[in-house]
Amino acid sequence: MELVCPAGTPASLRAAVDAGAHSIYCGFADDTNARNFPGLNFSRPEMADGIAYAHARGAKVLVAINTFPRAGETELWHRAVSDAEALGADAVILADLGLIAHAAERHPSLRRHLSVQAAAANPDVINFHASAFGVKRVVLPRVLTVDEIASINRDIDVETEVFVFGGLCVMAEGRCSLSSYISGKSPNMNGVCSPASHVAYAEEDGELAARLGGYTIHRTPAQAPAPYPTLCKGCFKVGTRTGYVFEDPASLDASELLPALARAGVTALKIEGRQRSRAYVAQVVRNFRQAVEALAEGREVPLGTLARLTEGQAATAGAYNKIWR
Amino acid sequence: MQLTVGPIQGFWDPGQWSAFYERLADTPDISRVVIGELVCSKRLPFYQTRLPDAIAQLLAGGKDVALTSLALVTPLKRERRMAAELAAMDLEVEVNDLTMLAHLSPDARFSVGPLVNVYNEGTLAVLARRGSMRVCLPPELSATSVRRIAAATDMPVEVWGWGRLPLAMSGRCYHARYHDRAKDQCQFVCAEDPDGLAVDTLDDQQFLAINGLQTLSGQCANMAHHLPALREAGVAGLRLSPQTSGFFEVIELFAHLTAGRIDAEEFCAKALPHAPGGAFCDGFLDGPTGVSWSGSKDQVRMQPAGTP
Repeated sequence: MELVCPAGTPASLRAAVDAGAHSIYCGFADDTNARNFPGLNFSRPEMADGIAYAHARGAKVLVAINTFPRAGETELWHRAVSDAEALGADAVILADLGLIAHAAERHPSLRRHLSVQAAAANPDVINFHASAFGVKRVVLPRVLTVDEIASINRDIDVETEVFVFGGLCVMAEGRCSLSSYISGKSPNMNGVCSPASHVAYAEEDGELAARLGGYTIHRTPAQAPAPYPTLCKGCFKVGTRTGYVFEDPASLDASELLPALARAGVTALKIEGRQRSRAYVAQVVRNFRQAVEALAEGREVPLGTLARLTEGQAATAGAYNKIWR
Repeated sequence: MQLTVGPIQGFWDPGQWSAFYERLADTPDISRVVIGELVCSKRLPFYQTRLPDAIAQLLAGGKDVALTSLALVTPLKRERRMAAELAAMDLEVEVNDLTMLAHLSPDARFSVGPLVNVYNEGTLAVLARRGSMRVCLPPELSATSVRRIAAATDMPVEVWGWGRLPLAMSGRCYHARYHDRAKDQCQFVCAEDPDGLAVDTLDDQQFLAINGLQTLSGQCANMAHHLPALREAGVAGLRLSPQTSGFFEVIELFAHLTAGRIDAEEFCAKALPHAPGGAFCDGFLDGPTGVSWSGSKDQVRMQPAGTP
């Protein structure tokens, strides 16, 4: 299976390629991609260099242009697609229906992948994108079980890519406005979720309160490790109960499910984390490369080597296990 | 300004559901109704047999009627079958997941609902070419985007006018999770909270509400203050989201507001007792955040310290 790895910076791209990534996904340093954090992403010359570096070592580069263009300003997104093609990208990862149609019409020979942000969760909508716009691969939302992924693969002719490690999005991506509701910044439009610019910590009565946009997402004893206040992994009150209503502060680790995902017909495994350090990226990529090689050779997949890299040292296989829902 | 009643978001008692549409059919201020199941495919069988009568009553009452598609269609057989059956009915479909496009015949006319990501004029143009004849824009859009999209299309454009905002969809059922049940054994517990179950922060800040697979705003969206700007932008309609009590009072207040018989301040004062969650928001249009409120502070329930 193809290992698709994150690169938030040129250094991370080189580290991921050197660690054994089959493909790298990355984006331009502007609003056109869904990890639009300060100091991250690629200028045009950096993208050209990165693609050259990857290609020289047999790796592909997939350019994520997966936010939804602002009305009246779609030219910025159109230029990103055009530049990705000119710079030699192996594919673009798109979410917006208008942008996909534009790319299909104006850049027919540029390979198009459907971003997870398009929230295409069944064979009908995937086949629609394939027949209408020639989409070759779909990144599946993280709300499906392995059985459902297998059933999707039986009914489609395009490739599927699934997230196996890193942050866990519990909502259908591209269909979630929770972050912009309280911070004004959105994954769909600004490429950020629970942005650090809106996070504040305060020591109050021996506890550390973590707030996002002024809303208290966690309270932890002062000496205990405090999770980052990601909105849907916060602790809230509902009725008489207090707890993690949407999801515990855990990361996704589906490494145990690699054989099942292979049997389900998945083409590519995606590692989340364009915002992570190159050391982290290199380590995760190296471990997963060993795992997919073991899988390809029929050996047992090495497990447990990644646990200390997960958020709060807690991991879940998320929706891939039916019981999660 | 037309008033549209959107699909019921929560899971209502079937008797209450029928009574609601019977009364709505006789409510003259409503020109358009979107009916059917938006959130969870397991709910539809409870009122599916009642749909034809409700639709007939609404049509007899002079309303335009559209059937909503599900907001998130997974590979489940029943969900894909629902999409196919909607396409086969001789009624306008409001597409709330692009899955419907795969089922509609190429010459079918349809409308686009607020849960489809129409963020720009390019996307709306693609949908227009495929037969879309009306759009209700996503609540997350700014006033600038609404204006630009409305200026770029001949389609009637609608925006969210009233009710808890649809903020997120998941494969996971939060009602089942809250009650320590598996999704497949939910026992339809979301029926206990037909207008959503409040999710507050540890500091008792009003925050969100859960509705099965859906997450709603804790505050009630109310675009009364933006009516002049929306009119100027060419917006044709406001969408009012049903709630189990006080909704017909809200419709009447909107009728007075759009006819100029009351102003926005008076509207807000009179509508506040009927707002789910007891507080307003309207920030997605031009506030710093979606939860922001542009009106008088004394019309929003007092909130604890720490609230922005």
